[in-house]
Amino acid sequence: MSAPLLAVRDLATHFFARNAVLKAVDGVSFTLDAGEILGLVGESGSGKSVTGYSLLGLIDPPGRIVAGSVKLQGRELVGLPTAELRALRGRRLAMVFQDPMTTLNPVLTIAAQIRLAIAAHERVSARAGRARAAEVLTRVGIPDAARRLDAYPHQFSGGMRQRVAIAVALLNRPDVIIADEPTTALDVSIQAQILTEMKALVSELGTALIWISHDLAVVSALASRILVMYAGRIVEQGPTASVLRAPRHPYTSGLLDSLPARAEPGAMLRQIPGLPPTLAALPPGCAFQPRCPRADSLCGMAPQVTLTGVRGWRCHHPLDGGPP
Amino acid sequence: MDADAPFLRFWAAFRENRIALVALAVIVAIALLAVLAPLIAPQDPYDLGRLVLSDARRPPGHVGSGGYVHWLGTDAQGRDLFSAILYGLRISVLIGVAAGIVAFVIGATMGATAAFAGGRSEMLIMRFVDLQLSLPAILLALVLAAVLGQGRLQMIAALVAAQYAYFARTAHGAAATERAKDYVEAALSTPLPARTVLFRHILPNCLPPLIVVATVQVANAIALEATLSFLGVGLPVTEPSLGMLIANGFQYLLSGRYWISIYPGVALIILIVAINLVGDQVRDQLNPRLKR
Amino acid sequence: MTGAAGPPFIAVTSVSKHFDPQLSLGERIAGALGGAVETRAVRAVQDVSLQLARGEVLGLVGESGCGKSTLGRMIAGILPPTTGSVTIDGAPVMSGGRHPRKRTTRVQMIFQDPYASLDPRMRIGDALAEGPVAHRLSARADAAAYVAAWLRKVGLDPDAAQRYPHQFSGGQRQRIAIARALAMRPDVLVCDEPVASLDVSIQAQVLNLFLELRRALSLTMVFISHHLGVVRHVSDRVAIMYLGGIVEIGPAASIYDDPQHPYTRALLASVPQLALQGDVVATFTPIAGELPSPLAPPPGCPFHQRCPLAEPRCRDQVPEMRPVGPQHAAACHVLQPG
Repeated sequence: MSAPLLAVRDLATHFFARNAVLKAVDGVSFTLDAGEILGLVGESGSGKSVTGYSLLGLIDPPGRIVAGSVKLQGRELVGLPTAELRALRGRRLAMVFQDPMTTLNPVLTIAAQIRLAIAAHERVSARAGRARAAEVLTRVGIPDAARRLDAYPHQFSGGMRQRVAIAVALLNRPDVIIADEPTTALDVSIQAQILTEMKALVSELGTALIWISHDLAVVSALASRILVMYAGRIVEQGPTASVLRAPRHPYTSGLLDSLPARAEPGAMLRQIPGLPPTLAALPPGCAFQPRCPRADSLCGMAPQVTLTGVRGWRCHHPLDGGPP
Repeated sequence: MDADAPFLRFWAAFRENRIALVALAVIVAIALLAVLAPLIAPQDPYDLGRLVLSDARRPPGHVGSGGYVHWLGTDAQGRDLFSAILYGLRISVLIGVAAGIVAFVIGATMGATAAFAGGRSEMLIMRFVDLQLSLPAILLALVLAAVLGQGRLQMIAALVAAQYAYFARTAHGAAATERAKDYVEAALSTPLPARTVLFRHILPNCLPPLIVVATVQVANAIALEATLSFLGVGLPVTEPSLGMLIANGFQYLLSGRYWISIYPGVALIILIVAINLVGDQVRDQLNPRLKR
Repeated sequence: MTGAAGPPFIAVTSVSKHFDPQLSLGERIAGALGGAVETRAVRAVQDVSLQLARGEVLGLVGESGCGKSTLGRMIAGILPPTTGSVTIDGAPVMSGGRHPRKRTTRVQMIFQDPYASLDPRMRIGDALAEGPVAHRLSARADAAAYVAAWLRKVGLDPDAAQRYPHQFSGGQRQRIAIARALAMRPDVLVCDEPVASLDVSIQAQVLNLFLELRRALSLTMVFISHHLGVVRHVSDRVAIMYLGGIVEIGPAASIYDDPQHPYTRALLASVPQLALQGDVVATFTPIAGELPSPLAPPPGCPFHQRCPLAEPRCRDQVPEMRPVGPQHAAACHVLQPG
């Protein structure tokens, strides 16, 4: 096996609140190969977004990466000076946010935004910048792109704005794009368009993609491999089909069971009891144990990761895998 | 009481700024001095019969005919300046706070009602408020004070007229934002009477920006009252407020008898700066954008 | 459940809602002088009619801007219709006149965002008691017990009454909002995306609560959501909306298993579905094009620009709703009545 493009080891990002340390990400390890699409699934408070931000060094005080390493083609990113990180961002690693206006400047035309994004990493003439802008916008599925270059973000629909944000992320052909719930705020028909385009784009450009979402169905439509996070830790990982069809962790299985599509219409859903974890008051041992039907006294101790080939889970009492 | 009540949460955050805490202590001290002035002050400056002319214009530290030390000196009528300042603060604080409260109630009700009613009444009310805001407050207060004549109530009326518009504009903006929120729709769709929705739901949620405006406006009202009194259209001469004390001492400023003007001025500045410091911290704590 | 004899329980008759742009004086002057000011009204809902039987759950589905929330708000008596009427048991939900008011407590609404739908400065107990006390459903003296009973019914501890909204999680707040609506003893509940902002594991809990309460209190419900799976799960009948109008309506099973309108078909196909078998884990097919602006809806069939089956007549003739199956109707020229 060749060296992975991105290797994350024991990453821990903590937030230092007034009287508590919130372990938003607490010992996350995974790898990402070139051109791979990885799905990162979890509920609010699972640490999935903070993991994404940590990879790019986008953690502001009171948060801090307290341990672990993030290696991009062997180069350590944790602890890099801000200037060097900034040089990497956009060029090697890029981010797409849930709200495209995080990326876009409301007072600049689309052409100007894209020219600025190019100019951050290379010198480019205004004319060449426009040509590049038109090209990337066409590529992300914006019809009539050349004519809409001088429009402002507010003149675009939500879906079109997200496309522009994706175009900006793709601009310098980064090795990795980290997308944080990019379609959550969009309509299902627009979401389907963006998912299709995204899939085609990353395979065409050979870009690796980390797709962060709470929606298992959306992630599985895109990703070849899935990481499920709960309370700052990866509780299950593996190839998409295997994780979804033969979940080993009770949390993954509970999530799947609670989808309405899995139940008879009108029948009670098999719900996961209790509330999502609050980071300020995590139970000792396995964080899922208060909600887990399989929990016993053993679960008071934190379970280690069990790895079998491509699959991994963090549970004392995993479910039977069955045929993958 | 419940530690999570909104006020207690606010207080816990407010306490973190030491300067604001000191300023708040200063305000409390001044308020106490003002309220207790008759007990603390060695002399009743309103009792003209007790004033001794031979004690006039004495520098700080002079022991007057009353047998006590004039720590801050005396003015042209032989008033003990320390006593006069305490009584002056009393009037200034009373008028500033009273004007602030009345302007708050009138302005907030107007602004919130306008935002809630919408349509033509909103336009009429708010255009009127805009019109008034385009005039300098001092000009308006000056004209009104001159027309209404001297006296505490007249002064409060003039200040309210000059200041309610700031509350109205703030309340209008805040209420328009709250009006669009789901909890207001939920209350209206219950249905609850419009009055209940306005006064029990919308107005309480407009309080944070209004309280910020209120701190600023109380300070402004005190300054405005002092200005008017300084110009001679404020309170009657028999009830010297800080502005009038400053005005009275003004003519002696260049003849070396600085204390007659300077000490009341210092008292006024301390009061206004303290209120503004507290106001700044209140604003920082209540501003949702600065929430961590 | 549907097609009961006598007048329908809820009747929505030819309802339209147009929003005029709120122009400032300056904008009006600029507009009069020929400036680029938007003066067209947004046609949020255009000539919608539907009926609900007592005890029925109708799902309203569509993408953003299709008018489903506006329609829901008109049924709930929050927005007065521009034209048309909404009645419950024959009585209008809102009074007429220049300042329409909601007249009934029989219909209550649950909002999408449980963080915005509770007054942040009011204790839960006060917020829940307010409506019932104002409408004499509970005496002020008994309000605490009344509130506690409703909090228990939605699965919360009665101690919640003493606390403020910020002390609860999203799912708990939505339960509180449900308790507040139910404490008014409504016959009808309009739920606008009630689980959209909740975590997946909490969505299931709240959906189960809806199912339980619906049975226990024999509620009639209008359930608005963009989430097709959620709507199918809770609804007896489903109406698909597009650009302010209903394009297809029918029993949930027929709509999902045998969709007729090309938009319904495309919408169902665009949602990633987890497949239990086969190589592909999840499948979906996007719909071409974007939603047209509700400021300038296209002439003819509103869907014709994105429709794979569009014919020339779709461009200028508005299709009528026609039956396509038992209790199942769709508005499409291309469909043969069946």
